[in-house]
Amino acid sequence: MENYLYIALFAPLVGSLFAALFANSPKKLFVGIITSALIGVSLVASVNLLYHVMTTQEIIHVKLIDWIVLGNVNIPFGFVVDQVSATMMVVVTMVSTMVHIHSMGYMDHDKSFNRFFAWLSAFVFSMMILVMSDNFAGLFIGWEGVGLCSWGLIGFWYHKKDVEKSDDIEKSPFSTLSPFSSISPAYAANEAFIMNRIADLGMLIGLFFIYWNIGSLQYDVVFEQIGTLSHGLVVLIAVFLFIGAMGKSAQFPFNVWLANAMEGPTPVSALIHAATMVTAGVYLVIRSNEIFAVVPEVGYFIACLGAFVAIFAASMALVATNMKKIIAYSTLSQLGYMFVAAGLGAYWIALFHLATHAFFKSVLFLGAGNVMHATNDEINIKNMGGLKQYMPWTANIMIIASLALAGIFPLAGFYSKDLILESAFAEHAYILWGTLWITAGLTAFYSFRLVMYVFYGKENFKKFGYHPHEAQWYVIAAMVPLAILAITAGWGQHTIQEMLSHALPMPAHHVDHSTVTMLILVTSAIAISGVLFAVMKFNKKGRYYGEELKNSFVYKLLANQYYFPLFIDKCINAPYLAISKFSWKELDLKFIDATVDGIANIFYSGGQSGTSMQSGNLSKGLKWMGIGIFVLLVLALTFGNLK
Amino acid sequence: MFEVIAFYLFAFLTIAMFGITVKTKNPLYALSSLAAGMIFISAFFFLLGADFLGAVQIIVYTGAVMALYAFGMMFFDSINDIKESASNPKLTFVLSGLIALIVVMIFMAPVIGANAEVVSPINPAYGNTQDIGMVLFTKYLIPFELAAVMLLVAMIGGIILAGKKMDVSITALSDQEVDKLHTDTEIKKDIK
Amino acid sequence: MSITLNDYLILSTIIFMIGMYGAMRRTNLLMLFFSTEIMLNAVNIGMAAISKFHGDLTGQMFAFFIIAIAASEVAIGLGLLILWFKRHSTIDLSSLQSMKG
Repeated sequence: MENYLYIALFAPLVGSLFAALFANSPKKLFVGIITSALIGVSLVASVNLLYHVMTTQEIIHVKLIDWIVLGNVNIPFGFVVDQVSATMMVVVTMVSTMVHIHSMGYMDHDKSFNRFFAWLSAFVFSMMILVMSDNFAGLFIGWEGVGLCSWGLIGFWYHKKDVEKSDDIEKSPFSTLSPFSSISPAYAANEAFIMNRIADLGMLIGLFFIYWNIGSLQYDVVFEQIGTLSHGLVVLIAVFLFIGAMGKSAQFPFNVWLANAMEGPTPVSALIHAATMVTAGVYLVIRSNEIFAVVPEVGYFIACLGAFVAIFAASMALVATNMKKIIAYSTLSQLGYMFVAAGLGAYWIALFHLATHAFFKSVLFLGAGNVMHATNDEINIKNMGGLKQYMPWTANIMIIASLALAGIFPLAGFYSKDLILESAFAEHAYILWGTLWITAGLTAFYSFRLVMYVFYGKENFKKFGYHPHEAQWYVIAAMVPLAILAITAGWGQHTIQEMLSHALPMPAHHVDHSTVTMLILVTSAIAISGVLFAVMKFNKKGRYYGEELKNSFVYKLLANQYYFPLFIDKCINAPYLAISKFSWKELDLKFIDATVDGIANIFYSGGQSGTSMQSGNLSKGLKWMGIGIFVLLVLALTFGNLK
Repeated sequence: MFEVIAFYLFAFLTIAMFGITVKTKNPLYALSSLAAGMIFISAFFFLLGADFLGAVQIIVYTGAVMALYAFGMMFFDSINDIKESASNPKLTFVLSGLIALIVVMIFMAPVIGANAEVVSPINPAYGNTQDIGMVLFTKYLIPFELAAVMLLVAMIGGIILAGKKMDVSITALSDQEVDKLHTDTEIKKDIK
Repeated sequence: MSITLNDYLILSTIIFMIGMYGAMRRTNLLMLFFSTEIMLNAVNIGMAAISKFHGDLTGQMFAFFIIAIAASEVAIGLGLLILWFKRHSTIDLSSLQSMKG
């Protein structure tokens, strides 16, 4: 069984290193095939491990090497496969394999084909380290690794130039109506990385607190002893760890990078910003559930923040025309759902929603990738339309995924979303329940708004001269398993619940059966009504309210993402840049450099003036003699015994 | 009382004279003030009861050495003021001032060595000259003779350095050759 | 109050420093010689004073020899100075320097 662990962990690394050998060469198809195959191998090993854990409930624990052994510090490289990590491993490898195969089709005209697969496999490797590690330090290594690979992948087309910022809502990179997702891929990559790093500082502080007070970073040791710490200290630790999770999972106020990360290639968005990296924050909270269980008030705050983000993101998706941004906002919204579940103590539900969301969201992104590839990378949904007849497979898969996202019975999203709403109701957090209920309706509406605009209605793309066609057969073949999982994953709810009950605490409160049924009906009602509204309004008018409301305040507010990116740009970035410039010009150049140069200058000029000693000039020689006498007399005075 | 007045008077005069020597631009003034200073120093020697030394100071220093300097001045342009370019005069001033300060501080301390062994004691019964004579020709005889040799060498050196036309030795020639030398030079003068 | 040894020593120091100042400052060789003379005389005063206050004739003997040496030094020094003047027509100190510094 340990062998499966090693295979699952290191197969992506082998793939990445292999692809890196060819990173600077032109496209070689076998690079894509081999890396996809290796991820597939990792998938097989992960499924094996999951099956083993599910049937025998045996946790597999290995220690690879001692990493840091210095005095009191002892951090090994260890890996654990328990129910939680096995679930995450299967989700990650499943989505990664499909994304790898899809990328072979999507990136087939790109000249950095090989480099893409190197980064992608490296990302999978980092994510595996993150979920399989058995201590916080290994988790942090994986955390940083995914941050780095995400930087490399978002900024994949780094040679694209910066876009000018403008006030025009149709062109500004801060608006969701423009064809630009961000100022440039390089800018978006840096923004994502830097925002993550700032949040990682919080996580590091949390780790330091843990280590300082408990003396170890191993999960089992920490969770055993967390109860012995003072309440305030545990609150601090929990808050700081959550700050780290906020950065990775793009909770407010660290949410700007996620929408801007759409500058990267679409398979990247599918893998990273739907299924894996952004869920790392949720994974952290789930893994540290014993810490959060001690401080339920922090959990409640997490849930409130999650609900806020859910409705915040859903509102922004209502008016956006940038297709990938709509899907990115829906990811953000669903992450909010996951944090509500985790915050309220229903950890297994959060993990369950994580898994189902990974499947339908990634296939939604992959479908969007197909559409973009077919229309020459067009990203404005209003410039598409009527694509269903040209791309039937993609259309159907995307409709299935959107249904799952909206939470319609019997697809996967229905089960996980309803469980979350149920747990909110059970904890008597009625405001949270209400917020999530409204968001469910909004989610249904905007997902189908996207579907209607892209696949039905007038064929607006004709005036741009696009000739859309269906994607290659293997691309569709990669999307099909994910679509099937999007349909069926919810049916395994009881198996999953039973398996995870061995590792995670079950929620404390329950509602009785009749209330559950009523909640299900109410939620389904709003979801179905959202879908119907989207479909029927489009069929009648061919559009929604966008034209009439274009100049209204609310529309502009939503389209500019509540002006939050502009706020960050002007109020945080600009002063920081000014401080940096000042520090460089005044402090560094004038002060520090001057000091260093001054020290060197002392020696130099001292030597220069000392040459007059040897110039052969008698007058100067006599002066030096005088100086020498003076020095000797001073020495005699201070050290001699003259009274 | 008399001693105190004399000391301070001569001290002031000496310092003034030597100050003029080092500061003035006119070389003749420098020369004269140096000579005056030497005389005043001999006054100190007399105050200290070193009569022989005082006399020697006047004869040798003021008489011989200053006369030598005066003869030497003839060779140089002594009418005009000498122009000197001093680099960084402030530094030298400050430096010498500091050194003077330090040494004065050192000497203000009570003199140690109160029980130093006296090598050649002064005998108050004899006069100073007789006393010195007794020590000079017994204990310091060899340095005395060596000093005499050194003075001889210096004299010869001075002559050689400053003299001219010394290839021909006049005393070794006979009388006619000396006359020939004379007329040759006179004929050479007439031809010019 | 009477004059102590300290007073003579201080006087000697002052005169010595005057001489040293002149030696450092003057760039005319002849003036440099004068300054040297001043220094030598200052030392002589010191020697004589110590000799008197310790009742020892050694100081005065030393002063003699210093005078003798000073005299011979002047003779040779002036001779060299005259030769130099004949060759370079200047007795400025900077003409002695042949290195560029």
